[in-house]
Amino acid sequence: MSILIYAESADGKIKKVALELASYAKKVAASMGTSVTAVTINNSDDSALAAYGVDKVLKVSNDKLNNFSAKAYSDVIVQAAKKEGAQIVLVSSSTDSLYLAPLVAVALEAGYASNVVELPISTSPFQVKRTAFSNKAFNFTEISTPIKVLGIAKNSFGLIEHSASLNEEIFAPALNDADFGVKVESVEKVSGKVTIADAEIVVSAGRGMKGPENWGMIEELASVLGAATACSKPVSDIGWRPHSEHVGQTGKPVASNLYIAIGISGAIQHIAGINSSKVKVVINTDPEAPFFKVADYGVVGDAFTIVPQLIEKLKAFKASNS
Amino acid sequence: MKILVCISHVPDTTSKINFTNGDSEFDTNGVQFVINPNDEFGLTRAIWFKEQQGASVTVVNVGGADAEATLRKALAIGADEAIRINANPSDGMFVAKQLAAVVKNGGYDLVIAGKESLDYNGGMVPGMLAGLIGCNFVNACVGIDVNGNDAKVTREIDGGKEIISTSLPLIVGGQKGIVEEKDLRIPNMRGIMMARTKVLTIVEPTGDAVATKAIKFEKPAAKSTVKLINADNLDELISLLHNEAKVI
Repeated sequence: MSILIYAESADGKIKKVALELASYAKKVAASMGTSVTAVTINNSDDSALAAYGVDKVLKVSNDKLNNFSAKAYSDVIVQAAKKEGAQIVLVSSSTDSLYLAPLVAVALEAGYASNVVELPISTSPFQVKRTAFSNKAFNFTEISTPIKVLGIAKNSFGLIEHSASLNEEIFAPALNDADFGVKVESVEKVSGKVTIADAEIVVSAGRGMKGPENWGMIEELASVLGAATACSKPVSDIGWRPHSEHVGQTGKPVASNLYIAIGISGAIQHIAGINSSKVKVVINTDPEAPFFKVADYGVVGDAFTIVPQLIEKLKAFKASNS
Repeated sequence: MKILVCISHVPDTTSKINFTNGDSEFDTNGVQFVINPNDEFGLTRAIWFKEQQGASVTVVNVGGADAEATLRKALAIGADEAIRINANPSDGMFVAKQLAAVVKNGGYDLVIAGKESLDYNGGMVPGMLAGLIGCNFVNACVGIDVNGNDAKVTREIDGGKEIISTSLPLIVGGQKGIVEEKDLRIPNMRGIMMARTKVLTIVEPTGDAVATKAIKFEKPAAKSTVKLINADNLDELISLLHNEAKVI
């Protein structure tokens, strides 16, 4: 009996989303009188997990798993869950975890709830709160199967330190050819840029920027803040910015700590996509723009004068606070 | 190539979301329903395969009679036939099992389902279907080409994309990018007329076991009013973000 988390890693280090999962798992484990096991794949240093309440790590090392394969990774997680007798399997809301979680659920005959935003409302019956209707509402879901798979929404739970003595165990699950029917030929990744998925701060701009040639100041503001850049749907539809930057209901969801919307009026579909961000700032010439109704802080004015000033003031602020 | 496109019948993206019956059900009053956008991108790519490579396209929905208008729209866009599984699509695993029965009976080479529906946002049906069938699966698909039995698929990953090679039979979770917004089609009069005579088969569900059930819904708490900062006083904005919101 235990709670299993799939702890994602990158560049030899445990990712922050995995530490959030560990924090969540520890709370649930404490209330159910059980322990937390993490499974890691081809990661060198798992020690970070010990600070967030993980009791045991199943370490998987296998060159076949150097490229992500949802089927193979789900097989690893399923075998780990069976070995540990896990009642609850936790995954993050990363693109990879969203990909493998349904496969894990089918193999374990488990009910699966994604986008979970809080600790379970009750563990018997097992009920969780999750977002639905593209962040326009919450949905309380009851899972009736003996094993449960939960996908925890990004940035919803936070980190809770809880030091534990970590027991590491080498784990070598059996893999088969069917696990590798989907082969990665190449990966195109922008390096040195903060991704929307990982960003604590997102700087987003819309049609108010008047043209793609004016994005220099948006990029610079993002760079000063260590933020990712994003854009509204119309801006990506007319090709000013790549689709990968489109955030909103049919684009990428954003759940950052700070979301700065510049020259974005705030269509209902856009708001739905970014509403999970904790603090929202709007800069817009139109005081009637709908975004002002959902923002925490607003500046009415022209982005072309405000953004350059903001960049200079933030640089001074960063210099005096570092 | 036989293609199956899974279609969810969802509220239009501009819909106001309200609940009824003690917050236990979505209030459909005054709500316009559409083909789930992630499914429509996939459907459009399927029609491209039909026109360019001679594929046949079947659309399938798990839902009540009210979803037939959405299936007819898919037929008007160019799908050849439609199947409606007559059941309430309340649980992802249940829906995936219904679709798996259709896939097994129909011998489809390619199944395209939106990576998530815009109502429950479960994001699980394509993956569960792949798990039940045991075939190759690519989620968050933003591009697909098929040549004989081989498929080249592009998957969106955090911060970039992956180019993948795989083979049929294949299930993909589609999204914007599998075709572009400008490629989406509005049914024309001829398409709408033809859709009326295309076959729409109604199938009863197999089994009724569910793994999850929605107990109730809740709307987010009302937002406190925005704090306006004078454009001449951006230092105040920085100070608020640092000291009050603690985000910089």
